[in-house]
Amino acid sequence: MNVDPKPLVACRECDLILREIELLPGGIACCRCCGAHLYRNSPDSLDRTLALVLTASMLLIIANVYPILGIEIQGVRNATNLYGAVCALWDQNMRSISLVVFITTILIPVIELSMMLYLLLPLRMRRVPAGVPLILRILQCIKPWGMVEVFMLGVLVSLVKLAGSASVIPGAALWSFGGLTLILAAVAASFNSRDIWAHLEIKSGGEELR
Amino acid sequence: MSRPMLTAAALGLCSCQACGLVSRPADIHETARCPRCNARVSIRKPDSIRRCWALVIAAYILYLPANLLTIMETGSLIDYRQDTIMSGVVHLWKSGSWGISAIVFIASIVVPLFKLMALTFLLVTVQLRTTWWPVQRAKLYRMVELVGRWSMLDIYVVTILAALVQMSSLATVRAGSGAIAFGSVVVLTMFAAMEFDPRLIWDPLRKESDI
Ligand SMILES: [Zn+2]
Ligand SMILES: [Zn+2]
Repeated sequence: MNVDPKPLVACRECDLILREIELLPGGIACCRCCGAHLYRNSPDSLDRTLALVLTASMLLIIANVYPILGIEIQGVRNATNLYGAVCALWDQNMRSISLVVFITTILIPVIELSMMLYLLLPLRMRRVPAGVPLILRILQCIKPWGMVEVFMLGVLVSLVKLAGSASVIPGAALWSFGGLTLILAAVAASFNSRDIWAHLEIKSGGEELR
Repeated sequence: MSRPMLTAAALGLCSCQACGLVSRPADIHETARCPRCNARVSIRKPDSIRRCWALVIAAYILYLPANLLTIMETGSLIDYRQDTIMSGVVHLWKSGSWGISAIVFIASIVVPLFKLMALTFLLVTVQLRTTWWPVQRAKLYRMVELVGRWSMLDIYVVTILAALVQMSSLATVRAGSGAIAFGSVVVLTMFAAMEFDPRLIWDPLRKESDI
């Protein structure tokens, strides 16, 4: 047999069949018909992503434990953390909204980060955790619903709205949410499920259409 | 570069939307599963146009209450106001926070309207099987996916304000029923964008040139 040809990829957005090419580190392959991103080559993505995910997890804990904002109106002080805000909305009978906020700002980030840790820690130690395909599928599926960056902007808008009528005290969680927004963006840029599939394929010697 | 532009569908191949693997399903008509990640695979997202229309229409219906009903009630000793999304933006503008007011205007009014109109436009052009400007329509779809989440902004603002101000006896902030309608519009349009299959934009072009 001659040299193994590279596997086929299909463009997600226009269905064009292309043969994979080798990329330079940091390179991105784009579809030649519609210009959609096909895949990228992110060197050391495993190590870097793991470091970022660990940082993000710590920030997420701080962001959820400490108050985000506090206000003082005529000597009366009140501060709230994220979970407190969700509960307040629940008590006002805005249960559907309260659930949406809980899912998009607490539940999804927690699931996302813990699943990434579950994947990346063993892979880093050259072991393959159980259920990788399912976890990668779940990660892909919930990704659009994590909205920490939008929430961060929401905090800033509330700050401006309150500033006129009360004195606002920024809480510790405000800064950690800011950091979390940046780190999560970096995680999204560095996490490359294609690398994880490649790891698995080397391990199992799976077959692909060529 | 004049090699034939072959599509996976033309070759009878399915590409997995979850992991990207290209595979040949044993039987096109039955539900096939991706051999690598076990997700359901199909040549095109099943029932894409109908599901997308249903979600878009539901979002259009809720768009009215979302904009007409109160999203936030603010009460204090001297002042009581009920704000819809638009009146909240105007209030912010009048109080001098132009930058923030512009951000809220874009996130809560421009983005949802843009998404609904863009999805309607994409659905209609796909159903007409037009070969008109596919690259631009593909870009439009990418933009719809990218900006959709930012409409959640107002929901978060209401959440934070309601939680912060509720305790004090001097002022109260409550979320209004408009918030539920508005949140539903955002969630429905996000689902609609996910159901839409961008490959349908390109199919009419391929049918003309290849087969
Ligand atoms: Zn393409
Ligand atoms: Zn798959």
